[in-house]
Amino acid sequence: MTEPAITPELVAAHGLKPDEYERLLGIIGREPTFTELGIFSAMWNEHCSYKSSKKWLRTLPTTGPQVICGPGENAGVVDIGDGQAVIFKMESHNHPSYIEPHQGAATGVGGILRDVFTMGARPIAAMNALSFGLPSHPKTAHLVKGVVEGVGSYGNAFGVPTVGGEVRFHRSYNGNCLVNAFAAGLADADKIFYSVASGVGMPVVYLGAKTGRDGVGGATMASAEFDDTIEEKRPTVQVGDPFTEKRLLEACLELMQTGAVISIQDMGAAGLTCSAVEMGDKGKLGIKLQLDDVPQREAAMTAYEMMLSESQERMLMVLNPELEAVARAIFVKWDLDFAIVGETIPEDRFLILHGNEVKADLPLSKLASSAPEYDRPWVETPAAGPTGDIPAIGPIEALRALIGSPNYAHKAWVYEQYDSMVMADTVRSPGLGAGVVRVHGTPKLLAFTSDVTPRYVKANPVEGGKQAVAEAYRNLCAVGARPLATTDNLNFGNPEKPEIMGQFVGAIKGIGAAVAALDMPIVSGNVSLYNETDGVGILPTPTIGAVGLLASADDLISGLPREGDMALVIGTTHGHLGQSALLAEAFGLETGDAPEVDLKAERKHGEFLRANRKLLRAATDLSDGGLALAAFEMAEAAKTGVWLESGHISTLFGEDQARYLVACDIADVPDLIEAGEKAGVKVAQVGQFGGSSVCFGTASAPLEELSGLYRSAFAKAVG
Amino acid sequence: MKAAVLTFPGSNCDRDLAVAFEHSGAEVHRVWHKDTSLPEGVDIVAVPGGFSFGDYLRCGAIAAQSPIGAAVRAHAQRGGYVLGICNGFQVLTEMGLLPGALMRNAGLKFICKTVELQVATTDSAFTNGYDKGARVMIPVAHHDGNYTADAETLARLKGEDRVAFTYSDNPNGSVDAIAGILSDNRRVLGMMPHPERASEVSHGGTDGSVLFRSLTGALALA
Repeated sequence: MTEPAITPELVAAHGLKPDEYERLLGIIGREPTFTELGIFSAMWNEHCSYKSSKKWLRTLPTTGPQVICGPGENAGVVDIGDGQAVIFKMESHNHPSYIEPHQGAATGVGGILRDVFTMGARPIAAMNALSFGLPSHPKTAHLVKGVVEGVGSYGNAFGVPTVGGEVRFHRSYNGNCLVNAFAAGLADADKIFYSVASGVGMPVVYLGAKTGRDGVGGATMASAEFDDTIEEKRPTVQVGDPFTEKRLLEACLELMQTGAVISIQDMGAAGLTCSAVEMGDKGKLGIKLQLDDVPQREAAMTAYEMMLSESQERMLMVLNPELEAVARAIFVKWDLDFAIVGETIPEDRFLILHGNEVKADLPLSKLASSAPEYDRPWVETPAAGPTGDIPAIGPIEALRALIGSPNYAHKAWVYEQYDSMVMADTVRSPGLGAGVVRVHGTPKLLAFTSDVTPRYVKANPVEGGKQAVAEAYRNLCAVGARPLATTDNLNFGNPEKPEIMGQFVGAIKGIGAAVAALDMPIVSGNVSLYNETDGVGILPTPTIGAVGLLASADDLISGLPREGDMALVIGTTHGHLGQSALLAEAFGLETGDAPEVDLKAERKHGEFLRANRKLLRAATDLSDGGLALAAFEMAEAAKTGVWLESGHISTLFGEDQARYLVACDIADVPDLIEAGEKAGVKVAQVGQFGGSSVCFGTASAPLEELSGLYRSAFAKAVG
Repeated sequence: MKAAVLTFPGSNCDRDLAVAFEHSGAEVHRVWHKDTSLPEGVDIVAVPGGFSFGDYLRCGAIAAQSPIGAAVRAHAQRGGYVLGICNGFQVLTEMGLLPGALMRNAGLKFICKTVELQVATTDSAFTNGYDKGARVMIPVAHHDGNYTADAETLARLKGEDRVAFTYSDNPNGSVDAIAGILSDNRRVLGMMPHPERASEVSHGGTDGSVLFRSLTGALALA
C-alpha cells in the first residue's frame, strides 16, 4: 500500500509545529515516511514527551529513604517495610472522557491499573478525582453518568476496590471535564519489574488483546485544545475490556513468577511505539519489529495504524528465550494472545518491517530522547484581590447552601456505583476522609487520599499547590496513617499562554515546597495540558494522590464520634474566608486570596494528632467548608447531632489550614488539652456531639432535615 | 470440612471466599474452570463473585458451560453442598441448580453498600447458626441482582421454606425482596450479598462469618 506524501498540511495534522518538523529532519537527515511521521508525532506530543513541563517537573523532590523508585517508570515504588512495596500512580484521561464519557473513563482506569501491574504489583486500591462543568450545563449530567458508570464498569469487573476520590463541579470544566484515575498495587520489593531491556537477540513478545484501529492518534488528540470539531474525534477513543485486563493481570503475575520476563511495558499512549522505544532506550538497545506477526483484530491494517493504535489491554515484553514454552503456556491458559513480534538488536535502530517493506528505520535513542523541550514563557500570577464584603447569612442557612450543592453534598450516588470492598480488605470505605485497606495477610494497612482545591490554585498557585499536598497530608494523618509519598496529576490549560504557564510554575513551586516539608516525595505523576475549550482554560487542578501507612489496626482513628463526645479543634482558627466554599456556594463569589499554608504547623499538628490517637474517638481534617461542614459531616455519618458554641460565620466556615476536628470522650479531654499545651499545639473545645439537631451558636435545625438535603442534593443536580 | 473454590476467568472474589472458608476452619482447594474433576472428598463447592467471562453474555451463562460444570452438577446430584455468591448465584441459576434468574437491578445501576438482610430460614446447614428472623448486615455489590421467578416457583420456594435471606430495604427490585434461595434438598444456596465481606472485625461487621461457621459445624457433624 502506498503511503501518503509528506506535505506541510500532513505535518501540521500530526500536531508538529514547523520548527519541530525541521528538528525531525535534522535528526534523520531525510524526509520521513508516513509511518515515521506518525511515530515522531506520537513520541513528541505533549502527552508523551512532557515537553512543556519537564523543566519544572525536574524541580520536584522525588527521593527519600522510603522511595525505591521515583518518576520515570510506569509507577512509583515506595517501601512499606517487611520487604514489601506499594506501587502507585495517578493519570488523567480527560479528553477521551469528554468525547465518550463511559469508554474514556473506563480506559483511564484500565490504563492506570496496567501501569501498576506491569511492575509486578497486584492492584489493591483505586481512586478517582473527577471535575465536571456546572450541573446546569446541558452536557454535565450525561458526562457524570457516563464517567461514573465507566469507572465502575472497569474497576468493578477487574476486581479492585475503589476507596476514595473527589467529585467537583465548576463552570470552567463545562467544555473540558477531568478524569484523574489513581491505582495502587502491592509487590515484594525485590520482585519489581522495570522497563529496561537487556540482551541482544532477545525476543520481543506481544501480550494481551489484539490490535485494532481504535485510538489511532489518541495521544495527539489528548494534546490538542478542543473546538467544535470534537464530535469528529470520537473514533480516537479506545474501548475498554476489563475482562481481558483481569486475565492479563493474572497471566502477567503468573508469568513474572517464572523468571521469563526480562523487561515489560504496558502499551498505553501511542501503544506499540512508546512501549518498544522505551524498553530499547533504557536498555541502550535497538528494536526490530515485524508487524505481520502482531495479532490484529481488523483486516488490512497498515504499519502506521499498528504503530499508533491505542487498543487496550496489551503489553510488550522482552522474554528470556529459554522460558518461551512456559510463558506461552500461561497465556494459552488465560486465552490471551502471545506472539513474538520482534527482537532486540545491537545497533541504535528502531526498525519496523511490514510485508517485505521497511516502514520505519529511525535512530532509537534519538527518538526517545530528542523530543523538543520548551522553556515556555510564564508570568507570575498577580496577587489576589481583596475578599470584599460578605453578605449577611445565618450559619444554618450557610450550611444548607453547602450541603445542598452537588460540590459538598453526600457522594453516595457516585461511590455506591463503585465496588469499594472487593478483595475483602477494605477497612474504611469512601465517604469520609481517606480510604483504608489492609495489606493482605499482614497487620499493616495503607491509606489513600486525593486532594486539591482548584479555586485556591487559581487565586494563588503557590499557596494552592501547597494546600493540595497539605490537605492530602492531613487526610492521611486523620485516619492515623503516616504519610509516605505522593503522585501528582497536573491538569492545566494551554501552556503556550504565559499566564497559564505561570499557574503551572507556581503550583509546582508550592507542591515542591510542601512535599519536601511534609516528607512525602512525588514518586510518579502525569501532566495534562491544553485543557481548554474555545480558548477558555479550566481552573488549574493539580490533583495530589497520597499514600500513608499504618503499622496495625490499633493505629486507626475512626471518623465516627459517639453521642456525648466533645468536639475539639486542633490548630489555630483565624476565619479566612477568601476563596472559601461558603463564598462560592452561598454567594457565587470567588474572591480573595487562598488561605496561607504554614507547612511547619501542618507537620507539627499532624504528628501531634497521630501521637495522641489513643485520646481520640474520631478525627477529620478541616478543609473547604471549614469547621461547620466537617462537624456536620462527622455528625451525620454517626447519625448524631452536634452543637458548636460559635455562631460566627468566619469561625464556622473559615478555611484556615493545619487544623483538625476531633471527637473525644469527655474523660479524655483534659489529657488532650494538656498534651497540646506540652507540645505547643492549640487545642480548643468548640462543642459537643449528640442530640438530634445541628446547632451553631443559637441557630439550629433538625439533623434529619439537613441529612435529607445532604443525601438528595447530588442526585437532584445530576441524577 | 473440605471446600473447593472455583475460579473462572473474570472471577474476582475467589480469593476472598477462600480466605473466609479458611478462617472458618475449612481445608480449601482452588479449582480452575477448565478442570474436569473436583478434589477427592470435597464437601462443598463454592462459586465466587466476580464477572466470569466479563458478564458479556447473560451473567453466569458462559461459566455455566465450563468444563468443571459437569463435576459440580454430579456433586450436587450426590447431595453435595454448593454455595454460590453474587456471580456464583447467577452461575448456579444458569446451571439449573437453582430456579429463577437474576435480572439487571431495577435502578439500572451497580450498587455497592452494606445492607440489612433478614434470615428467612434457619433450616439449612448455611443458616442454622443464625436466629430465625435475625437482621444481619452484609454488603451487596452487583449490577444484576434483581431476582425473579415465575409465580409457581415462588410459591414453591415459600411453601417449602427455601427463601434463605430477604432484603429489609430492597435495593435491586428482587421479587419479594429475595436475596438468597435454597435448592429443594436445601444443600445448594445462592445469594447475591457477600458474607465473605462481613466475616472479620476489620470488615466493620462479622454477620457473614456465621454462615461459614454454620457450614463448618454442620459438615463436621455430617
